[in-house]
Amino acid sequence: MNKNKKDTKTKVTKSRGQFAIVLLSFKRNKLAMAGLIILFILFLTAIFAPFIAPYGFDTTDYDNTFQQPSAEHLFGTDEFGRDIFSRVVYGSRLSLSVGFIAVAISVVIGGTLGAIAGFYQKQIDNLIMRFMDILLAIPQFLLAISIVAVLGPGLFNLMIAVGISSIPRYARIVRATTMTIKGEEYIEAAVASGTNDTGIIFKHILPNCMAPLIVQISLGIADAILMAAGLSFIGLGIQPPAPEWGAMLSGGRNYIRGWAYMTYFPGLAIFFTTLSLNLVGDGLRDALDPKLKN
Amino acid sequence: MENNKLLQIMDLCVTYKTQEGLVHAVNNLNLEISDKETLGFVGETGAGKTTTAMAIMRLIPCPPGKIEKGKIFFEGEDLLKISDRKMRKIQGKDISMIFQDPMTSLNPVMRISEQIMEMILLHKKINKKEAYAEACKLLELVGIKKERADDYPHQFSGGMKQRVVIAISLACSPKLIIADEPTTALDVTIQAQVLSLMKDLKDEFGTSMILITHDLGVVAEICDKVAIMYAGSVVEYASKEKLYLNPSHPYTKGLFNSIPKLDTDEEFLEEIDGLPPEPTDVISGCAFNPRCPYCMERCEKEKPGITYLDKEHYVCCFLYENK
Repeated sequence: MNKNKKDTKTKVTKSRGQFAIVLLSFKRNKLAMAGLIILFILFLTAIFAPFIAPYGFDTTDYDNTFQQPSAEHLFGTDEFGRDIFSRVVYGSRLSLSVGFIAVAISVVIGGTLGAIAGFYQKQIDNLIMRFMDILLAIPQFLLAISIVAVLGPGLFNLMIAVGISSIPRYARIVRATTMTIKGEEYIEAAVASGTNDTGIIFKHILPNCMAPLIVQISLGIADAILMAAGLSFIGLGIQPPAPEWGAMLSGGRNYIRGWAYMTYFPGLAIFFTTLSLNLVGDGLRDALDPKLKN
Repeated sequence: MENNKLLQIMDLCVTYKTQEGLVHAVNNLNLEISDKETLGFVGETGAGKTTTAMAIMRLIPCPPGKIEKGKIFFEGEDLLKISDRKMRKIQGKDISMIFQDPMTSLNPVMRISEQIMEMILLHKKINKKEAYAEACKLLELVGIKKERADDYPHQFSGGMKQRVVIAISLACSPKLIIADEPTTALDVTIQAQVLSLMKDLKDEFGTSMILITHDLGVVAEICDKVAIMYAGSVVEYASKEKLYLNPSHPYTKGLFNSIPKLDTDEEFLEEIDGLPPEPTDVISGCAFNPRCPYCMERCEKEKPGITYLDKEHYVCCFLYENK
């Protein structure tokens, strides 16, 4: 009994693992923490949108079109009398889900391809990576435009387009990391214990690729949100009346001379979202990279 | 199959292609090991010890490595001929390997219980809960409290990590364990602990073991048979007692001479003149001839065959051919 107590005590002091160290150095980074807080608020907004928004995102009110920001309409109203604040609040749902799902698509596909290329090398590697080079040769935005052009506009197609166009960067990162990890002795030990290739790639190699991947993911979500907004702006993304920030910017563009506030708020929303994700990504990179530790 | 040998290596040749040319890592190696026997595999760095072990496990990276010829019989089956799928069934279950550096041979992102369970689940048909219980039992067996089963490798010291590696290698009660310099990365006191642990467990599980080392002291501690390797082939093979009392090959003699003696005050250690041959060079005749103090004309032209001094003591040297 007494002995057991002692054991747990020593364990507590000992188990300050890698995760705790990373967390500590992340906490010290004030900008990154600010980014994390903004991101957290955004998440809450997205989750509780119906409770926060005073009006529905598609409730039109033709008596109150083109209202300047006021107590009644915090961010004003647009040409159909819809409350811009409510639309921005609901828009966070769309933008965040597009960002995360698009990145999930590209991480799953790109990560698997990269791991296969890095693990088998030779011809398979050549085949996959040259295909990635072809994708990289086309500007990412143009690639996304052409994919949407083929699939047609819409929320789901937008996610696929943004996801596919950013596959190469994840494939490259995972491939490079896989090639380093493949030479480690524990991989050899796993082979020697009779694990098959699938087991080695998914159980041993991919979990060890996580550090660089997490950083890339947090920066990639920001890029994906920007790209989705861009595609919606040119009319290829989510279609009105859905409150997508990019589409709202596009709609407000026609009235920018008289009612510029219509573009301010969705623009600011995009700005803060990508800023917070980039800050978090930078903070994570600094925290995870042992070379930058002081 | 021939008699009751567990593992039998015949005429094994392994080469590596490098930019400097073809490296003959293992040349015509012959070796055998019986049930419950411990074979010490001694040689200098680059003598081909690890390559031989890798060849048995079929882990030689190809390319640049290539098994040129030879047969490796394990329980009557040629390991070099069977399919990958069948080989994976043998890897870990019948033959397992302990690697040199415990610091890097455990996956840093997996709990040690998971790593032991992985081995068990791969080869035994039991569920996760039973596998976990078995993993805990194995940990206790190697002297680690089962409360620590869910810790990560970085929370263990080097000696404890090597114990975990030993637990993993024992997980499926293999018939043969290949230990590639298991104690080189550990300090001397931990070495002694790990060695005695391995010896006890080997007796308990009744497994055979190939112990690769360059430490003759370690060999004296736990081996039954010793094979001395030089430039890719076995130059002398004998039971431990016979080899230590009566080293016969000039290279073996040189090795024993270079051990400092306790009872005399020596300024310099005895050494064998010269250096081991460059792996890319092909020496005609006996590979040891440029360094051998007893070198004869014949040694430069012909390769010496196996000469039996005794039933289980052979040497590859012309000096003993006529006796």
